Amino acid sequence: MIARLRASAGPYVSILPGGLWLAIFFVLPLVVMAALSLETGNLIDGFTMTWHWANYSDVLSSYHTQLVRSLVYGGLATLVSIVLAYPMAYWIAFYGGRNKSTYLFLVLLPFFVTFVLRTVAWQFLLGDQGLVLSWLKNAGIVGQDFHVLATAFAVVAGLVYNYLPFMLLPIYVSLERIDGSLLEAAGDLYANRTQTLLRVVLPLTIPGIFAGVLLTFVPAASDYVNASILGGTGQTMIGNIIQTLYLTNSDYPRASALSIVLMAILVIGIFAYARALGTRDVLDAAAA
Amino acid sequence: MPSRPIGVDRREFLRLAGAGAGALMLAACGVGGQGKKQATGSALQKEIETYWSGKTKTGQVKWAQWPLYIDVGKNKSDHPSIDQFTAKTGIKVDYYEVIQEDDAFFAKVQPTLSAGQYSGYDVATITNGVYFDKFRELGLLIPLDHSYLTNFAKYAAPAYKHSSYDPGNVYSVPWQSGMTGIAYNTTKVSQPITSFFDLWNPELKGKVGMFGDNEDLPNAALVAMFGDPQQTGPDQWKQAAAKLTAQRKAGIVRQYYQQGYINDLSSGDIWACQAWSGDIFQALESGAKNLKFVIPKEGAVLWTDNLVLLKENKNPVSSMMLMDWYYQPKIAAEVAEYVNYITPVPAAVDVIKSDAAAATGSDKATLEAIVNSPLVFPTTEDYSNLYRYRTLSNAELEVWDNIFEPVYQS
Repeated sequence: MIARLRASAGPYVSILPGGLWLAIFFVLPLVVMAALSLETGNLIDGFTMTWHWANYSDVLSSYHTQLVRSLVYGGLATLVSIVLAYPMAYWIAFYGGRNKSTYLFLVLLPFFVTFVLRTVAWQFLLGDQGLVLSWLKNAGIVGQDFHVLATAFAVVAGLVYNYLPFMLLPIYVSLERIDGSLLEAAGDLYANRTQTLLRVVLPLTIPGIFAGVLLTFVPAASDYVNASILGGTGQTMIGNIIQTLYLTNSDYPRASALSIVLMAILVIGIFAYARALGTRDVLDAAAA
Repeated sequence: MPSRPIGVDRREFLRLAGAGAGALMLAACGVGGQGKKQATGSALQKEIETYWSGKTKTGQVKWAQWPLYIDVGKNKSDHPSIDQFTAKTGIKVDYYEVIQEDDAFFAKVQPTLSAGQYSGYDVATITNGVYFDKFRELGLLIPLDHSYLTNFAKYAAPAYKHSSYDPGNVYSVPWQSGMTGIAYNTTKVSQPITSFFDLWNPELKGKVGMFGDNEDLPNAALVAMFGDPQQTGPDQWKQAAAKLTAQRKAGIVRQYYQQGYINDLSSGDIWACQAWSGDIFQALESGAKNLKFVIPKEGAVLWTDNLVLLKENKNPVSSMMLMDWYYQPKIAAEVAEYVNYITPVPAAVDVIKSDAAAATGSDKATLEAIVNSPLVFPTTEDYSNLYRYRTLSNAELEVWDNIFEPVYQS
């Protein structure tokens, strides 16, 4: 009897640490944030619950430009990441041979360097008088006024640079799992290499791409570091706005409302995207 | 914490569904109102006496400071003025260069202090303005016991004893002050910059940097357009915001900076920008060429970073001794020679003069430059052209932020 009880309690005990962790550090703050988003007041006089739904319409009308811009930048960064990561993952998975893990390590290597240093390197390389541009300018390839930093291009490129491994690794894993005999079978059935790629390999790696998109798009759309360091005027992203509202203005209600709006858009977007891909279960796909 | 309206049905459900724990957390986050009516007159006197009675000297002080804001010895982490303090008093100083921005530092220590916990710092250096006011209004600062401040009483410049943000130095004494003016690269800009509005020159298209914050950007524009920001209201704020927005829309502004403008200015990515006086002086000293700092003819913003005692202090008496230490002319001169901001101790100039007389070569030239620099020792005439940040009530601050933030957060 006791043994049976123990056996049935076992699985629950195993989720306890992780479950508690999430409950304390994710669910609780989320509840607080949801409550805060409907309050009014300021730090000195305190915030009171007034069911002030206008916080939402207010942040939407004030910051819709930055909201849309963040989704566009996040989306662009994700697309570019797929285009860059897929061939790379493909090559490592099928042609990497014995050195696969070395190649993967090289992909991750930039992450061993602090973010600040990586960004400074960018400024050094891509500054108006930096290594690359001064050469291009002297060669007359681009005009004297041409610059890369402080543009939308720099922000999106920075996002791609930072999130590329999160796209590459899941795609690599799903490519790695493909059974070689499937490719042979495709060849036996007179599929050429393009057909094999498009009709066998690609469909089998959809879960990997999906996981990659999830891991890239969500943080990229809410990133604020790249915009503030590599961007100029007119590249403010929604993460910057939320940061200012929280830290500079101590305007917790509007910051919370904006965070919830962003979260809702991302969640709805991800589910819609899962539908479009034909994945029946989002979580299954992400886990794959 | 103020009471919350308690409804029925859905509200009641929501309240139960998580607010129990949530409310605890809200309290811990300091979301409840904590503004304190500040004591004045005899009540303040009593508060000071109650706090300071029985407090004695301790063996250490923890000091939160901005980077590159003190004298440096042979070794980068070596600060002679602190070493001398330790040698003289036996008090060990833990010096932390942790403050990059007032807002971020406030956000970091406020929840801890409001919850009645030690923040890890006894002394902090806070700029006058919105966040200094917030620290004070939330009751996070300890009123000073001036009986420990004999050097301050003797040597501090009179101007710093009657500040608008902390009259009578109840909660703070100045560390250093500086000006928000304009810096430019003399090899890139053809005409010398003299006016704030030179930053609207179409020739500088895409080559101008402005500050991206709610104090230095708005106040500098207000000074240029209307003089003393204190005399302005929402109408003038809107005009200033419109002027700044026009500058951005014309493509003149390349970036709104919180930090890093010196690098971009030296490398030529920007040619002219808003700048803090000491930064430029330090950049010139450390080898940057062709940079020039100007106080616009319309005037400039004067700000002061202040030493304050944070609540839940573990070493209050030692902290006060440290504060007073820096008001000796000799020590103030050591700091001024290194940081090149405005020292609150005018007598330091004589110390630097005699140091210059004793020095030779490039050291001599450097020290003489400091003595003669209006950025370190402004003349009375210079001071008449300097203005303080607009002080803002909570209600005003909201209006102010709504007007100015869209300028730099576009």
